[in-house]
Amino acid sequence: MSVIRATIGRTTPLHTLRITGSVLVALAVLTTAVPPLRLRVVRHPLDVGVFVLMVAAVLAFWALPSDFTRRLKRNPLSIAGFSIIFTFIAVAILAPVLAPPLPNTRDPYLIPHEGFLPDPTPPKAGHPLGLTGNQYDLYYGIVWGTRTAFRVAVAVEVISILIGVVMGSIAGYYGRRLDEIVMRITDVFLAFPGLVLAVVITAVLGKGLDKVMIAIAIVGWPAYARYLRGDILSVKQRDFVEAARAAGAGDLRIITRHVIPNAIYPLLVVAAFDMGIIVLVAAALSFLGLGAEVGYADWGQLINMSRSWILGVPGRPFIYWFTVVFPGAAIFLFVLGWNLLGDAFRDILDPRLRGSQ
Amino acid sequence: MGAYVARRFLLLPLVAVGVTVLIFALLQLVSPQQRAALFVTDVKQLGALDSIIRKYGLDKPVYVQYGMWLQQLAHGDLGWSQTARMPTSQAIAAFFPATLELTLYIFVPVLLIGVWLGTQAAVHKNQFVDHFSRLFAISLRGMPQFVWGLILLMVFYGWLNWFPPGRLSLDADLFTKSPEFHSYTHLLTIDALLNGQGWIFVDAVKHIAGPALTLVLVEMALLVRITRSSMLEVLRQDYVRTARAKGLAERVVINLHARRNALIPVITLSSLLFVGLLGGVVLAETIFNFPGIGKWGAEAAVQLDIPGVTGFAMFVAALTVLGNLAADVLYAAIDPRIRLG
Repeated sequence: MSVIRATIGRTTPLHTLRITGSVLVALAVLTTAVPPLRLRVVRHPLDVGVFVLMVAAVLAFWALPSDFTRRLKRNPLSIAGFSIIFTFIAVAILAPVLAPPLPNTRDPYLIPHEGFLPDPTPPKAGHPLGLTGNQYDLYYGIVWGTRTAFRVAVAVEVISILIGVVMGSIAGYYGRRLDEIVMRITDVFLAFPGLVLAVVITAVLGKGLDKVMIAIAIVGWPAYARYLRGDILSVKQRDFVEAARAAGAGDLRIITRHVIPNAIYPLLVVAAFDMGIIVLVAAALSFLGLGAEVGYADWGQLINMSRSWILGVPGRPFIYWFTVVFPGAAIFLFVLGWNLLGDAFRDILDPRLRGSQ
Repeated sequence: MGAYVARRFLLLPLVAVGVTVLIFALLQLVSPQQRAALFVTDVKQLGALDSIIRKYGLDKPVYVQYGMWLQQLAHGDLGWSQTARMPTSQAIAAFFPATLELTLYIFVPVLLIGVWLGTQAAVHKNQFVDHFSRLFAISLRGMPQFVWGLILLMVFYGWLNWFPPGRLSLDADLFTKSPEFHSYTHLLTIDALLNGQGWIFVDAVKHIAGPALTLVLVEMALLVRITRSSMLEVLRQDYVRTARAKGLAERVVINLHARRNALIPVITLSSLLFVGLLGGVVLAETIFNFPGIGKWGAEAAVQLDIPGVTGFAMFVAALTVLGNLAADVLYAAIDPRIRLG
């Protein structure tokens, strides 16, 4: 803790600290003063605790006196991307506080719906973003859909990066026949447009969010394997690999301790871009009707629900605009945020590409 | 160049075998009972599923089944597609012309306008065109195609009624199916012109515009950025300075000297765009109810029409592989650094 205080104190101007501090105090006073808010916070101590920890971590990161943060802060687009993703993470963590699930609900991810009236209801008190078809609350769906989006993106990234790293390092490090075999396998997967292969896999596995994650991970790993292979090919020629081998290190140790740590950064930049793309593909699958069960908080599904209402009623074509605009904006901002952040990471980590865009 | 292209062609059958293995492996995830149900034509047969499984060899070892399946494939027999209500191979032939036409109406404008805009952005760096194209690219990169398509549907069909869904209006559709109308290419806009029917051409274009616009802008955004950065690099080269020093008109320098070399990376990109497009048509066609292979494939996937999904996937894979191959060959033909390296 003292380290954080020291870094913040050393690099942040005093007035910034004062502003941040007073905002935090004001938020704390507000939450304790307004009874319904206080109740929400008290009911979900874990989520609020995680949120406070995250804010502290982000502030500490922002104040780090490193080249990385200095470059990040110099580009307004990077700051925009960072803030967008920060907001989404905050919404995901605070979901139960922002949109409290009904008491005794069996699964908070199921969107509560009021009655079974098919027509959407425009925004009104208690339902700030309106109700989509069958009276599902859009605000609730979007807030909890943020959690779904992160769950999908993180799960897919973990699976596909794991497979990609194993296959890519085998191909890149051992070369020759193994390389040829792995590369031909990736050729087969890359012979399909990503969305088409994902559609086929979800169709065969059956509907459901977990199936969507598996499908996108299967589609995604070959790209990671190829990126890593390319970087390993150049890293393994370097002297420190030779030195490690001369010191008697085994293949596994060289790969995990020397080669991968030096070759993985470009892959992480791609992974940042992919966070958005994964959610986009998952939403597209949900949109086609291959995703989560009906009523599950998921952006793609909210848009799928809006399809029936897109034409409005005769004479009033835009009457149901909110059913598509709000969930659409959520996906758009999410993908945009990760794209901007990916741009920022790439510019910072890969000096060769600096200024090319 | 010969060796490079020959290697590409040699890899082709390998990838083809790989694709069939992958698809067949995915099919094994469906239980034999479900696969046997595909052969059921009568409710009474449901009691005798086991005998059907035996009859069609669904209980045999995997490699035997794979061999049988390959044999069927070799005969062009992809099974009966429930969603299309016709054999899968016939369904592909029936739906593909619509998608091909749509793809043409996307690909051509994307290439022409994208390259033009990218060139302008590079030539007028940090001026209005450049800022505009940058804003355009950034904001469209995150735009989900299906949301954009729905908004277009809302505005251009719900409100303005310019771009109706489907492929043709009812009267135009009836006319194209009448004996007076000859289908030469099955691309409706071209057939309409060949038949001298202007109104059918207009009708077909109006129906294509919706799904095409859904994909055009998103695909173009990337192309503009790549053309711009490639063009900027070329404009810095010595031979461009030489051309200018010779006193050539700026237009000649840019269009004839610089752009030709700047287009080399664009070729690779356009094969990527083509692949992206084959995925994108699934969404665009579904939104605008445009009867192409994408809409059919999505329907088949949702309704678990296994022969339909397999046929769709393999056909798209074949197109993708051919598209990539064409780009590789073109690349080698244009850029000597590739074929010598």
